[in-house]
Formats: sequence, C-alpha cells, structure tokens
Amino acid sequence: MSDELPAATRDALAELLLTLADDEFVLGFWDSEWTGIAPMLEEDVAMSSISQDEIGHARAWYELLAGLTDDDADRIAFGREPDAYRHAALMNHPRTDWAFTVARRYLYEHADALRLEALMRSSYAPMAELAAKMRREETYHLLHFDVWLKRLAEAGGEARERLASAMDRVWADAQAIFAPLEGEPVLLEAGILPEPLAALRTTWLERVHAPLAALGLPVPEAASGPAADGRRKRTDDFAWLHSQFTMVARSEVAATW
Amino acid sequence: MVAPVPTADPRTLAVWAALDEIADPEIPAISLVELGVIGEVAFTPRDGGGERLTVDLLPTFVGCPAIDVMQVQIGERLRAMQIADEVEVQLRFAPPWTSDRITPDGREKLRVSGFAPPVLIGPSFDGAELQVLLGKATCPYCGSRNATLDNPFGPTLCRAIYHCDDCNQPFEQFKAI
Repeated sequence: MSDELPAATRDALAELLLTLADDEFVLGFWDSEWTGIAPMLEEDVAMSSISQDEIGHARAWYELLAGLTDDDADRIAFGREPDAYRHAALMNHPRTDWAFTVARRYLYEHADALRLEALMRSSYAPMAELAAKMRREETYHLLHFDVWLKRLAEAGGEARERLASAMDRVWADAQAIFAPLEGEPVLLEAGILPEPLAALRTTWLERVHAPLAALGLPVPEAASGPAADGRRKRTDDFAWLHSQFTMVARSEVAATW
Repeated sequence: MVAPVPTADPRTLAVWAALDEIADPEIPAISLVELGVIGEVAFTPRDGGGERLTVDLLPTFVGCPAIDVMQVQIGERLRAMQIADEVEVQLRFAPPWTSDRITPDGREKLRVSGFAPPVLIGPSFDGAELQVLLGKATCPYCGSRNATLDNPFGPTLCRAIYHCDDCNQPFEQFKAI
C-alpha cells in the first residue's frame, strides 16, 4: 500500500499517524500513574486497564507508521527528543488531581471517539480497520468518564469546584486535538481524512457542551480555536514524563526488546 | 474438532485441529479457535518455489499483551508440523474480532471455569446500548441473573467484575465488545 502512495500523501499520512499515536501514548503514560493511588480500588483497576488500552492503541498506530516510513515502532515511540512529539497540548499537563484527570479525559474521549468515527471511513484501509476496532474499545472509556463527570459535578462542594476549575484549565489546550495539520489538504483530497479537523471540532463542541450545561458546569468560551502551535508546544512537565518513559530504552540503546 | 470454515482439505483441517490445542494465554480454559481469534488459514505457493502457510490472528483487544505470545505459539506449533515450507502468522484487524466470535463450545467452557460468557451483541454494536449490556450478567456458579456490576474494568482488558446477589460470589464476565 505504502508504495502506491505519492510522497506528499505518504508524508501527510505519516504526520496524521504520529498525532494519533502520540496522543494515546502520552495520555496512557500520564494516567498509568494512577495505578495504586486512584481514589478507590476499582478505579486503580479501571485506570490501569484504560491506560493499557491507550498504550496498545499507540503501539498499533506506531507500527502502521513504521511500516509506511520504513522505521521501527519502538524507535519512534522511545527514540525521539521531546520536541519531536506531536501530541495535542492537552497532554502536556501532568496527572494533577482526580478532578483534573476526569476533566481532561472527558474532553479527550469524546474528541477521540469522533476522530475514530471519521477515520472508520478513511480511504486508507489499514487506518479504517484499526479505527473501527478501537472505536468499539473506546465505548467503555467514554461511558466511564461520562459517569465520573456526572458524579463529581453532582457531588457539589470541593469535588465540583475542582472539576470546574480543571475544565477551565484544560479547555484551551483541548482544542489542540483538532489543530490543523500541515498535510491536511492532501489527506482530505485523498479521502484518508474524510472530514476536516475543524468540522470535527464543531461536532465535538456540540457533543460536550450539552452534558456540561445540563450539569450546570461553566462552559468555557467556545469561539477560541486551537492555537497554531497546539501540537508543537512542549512543557517542562512533558520533558519530565519523557525522561521517565524513555529511561529503560535509553539504558541499553542497542538492546532488542 | 470441525474447522469453522467448511473445508475438506486434510491439511487445513490438521491446522485447525492443532490451533484448537493451543490455550488462550490469559484464560487457558479455552483454545484460540474457541476464542475466535483465528481468521483465515491459507496455503499459497511461494515465488521462489515451495509453499507458505498463512494464518490470520485477530486480536481481541488492540492492546492485548497476549498477542505476541499467541503469535509465537501459533508459529512454533505449526512449524513443528512441517506442513509447509514457511509459516506466517499475521495480525489482522479486519474482520474485527468481536466477543460474538467465541464459539458455543468456548462459551460453555468459560462458564464452567467460572467466567460468565459475554452477552451476544450482534454485528452492529456501536456502544450506544453499552450501559444496558453492562447490567446483564448471568452468574456462572448458580445461574442467577441477579448480579451487580462492580467494575466494567477487570484484571485483563477483556474482563469485567460482577457480584452475584443470590450466591454472593464475585465473578468475572468476558466483556461484550
């Protein structure tokens, strides 16, 4: 398949795959930190399982990318400098507290579900097939964080205050999930990306607004679009996480895993 | 063992029979064939002569850590049969594995070993009915439908945790997906 793609299309596809993989990879690592310290035992198990799903999804996207660019999935995952990661700014933030995790996850899961629904119609068959498979798994994540959003919001008091404050903090960076890609026109032309990211963002805003409004949570200003550097801006927090998740790979560079 | 795909070819039947002897690494009570993770089995001529045996492996979950183990075990088992010049086990996501692919035998073996089999969901599952599905479980010990969901996430990606309100046993159910 990769041999049949024109170079410009392949480059654009590689860029898209990297954003998909890095989003799942980095979020999977942040939230794996809850293992053992989540608010309750059931949640330890749930977050570990959800994080494992995300790292698994990242691996599948990295493998697809590696096949396309004649690279190695582990090299892409662990062998880059922090500046070369292309996750949305939403994933630059550390784990923080539980309300923060719920706010970030709620916005991310709905964005990811929409993105996968669109990619299920991709003209690039391996991408459409993976998206269809992942979409089924993500239904469990979506339901989980819908429940948690409601739970914290309806609890009132500190839980609700922390949730509202976290929502405010992550809102702008969450828009970056839909930051335009350099190769987006090429992807749209080829039908690899069946819908512009800006259009997906509009649908996403509609989907997340209604539940937030119903729970009486302040809905941050919707008009501000994703920052131009929404997938390139890196933070010290991410640099720290990078130092952690690359630690083993760096310890023995020539090793075969 | 009957191959899920009708075939009279004795070699193909032998391959299916061998695969049916490989246990699922996470739930050894059922075989890879019963789990429904084996897709197509095909013998094809190689360019340079000889024959290649290709087996499609359909992962239950994209991030299932047992995929590599399954791939290695299938390869080793089939190579040992010396049934083709080359054996290739390839990961495929189309058709997607769904919990409906677990065979009737597999469902019964799950139940007997204390795992509630997954609720059947049909081909058009899109998650909209997930909350209702999660409420449905039959206790594998006493057969009661009076069970409470403890956690939709369990010890492996594919399992959820319930509590039977009649016999008071905790149990796991294979996730409907």
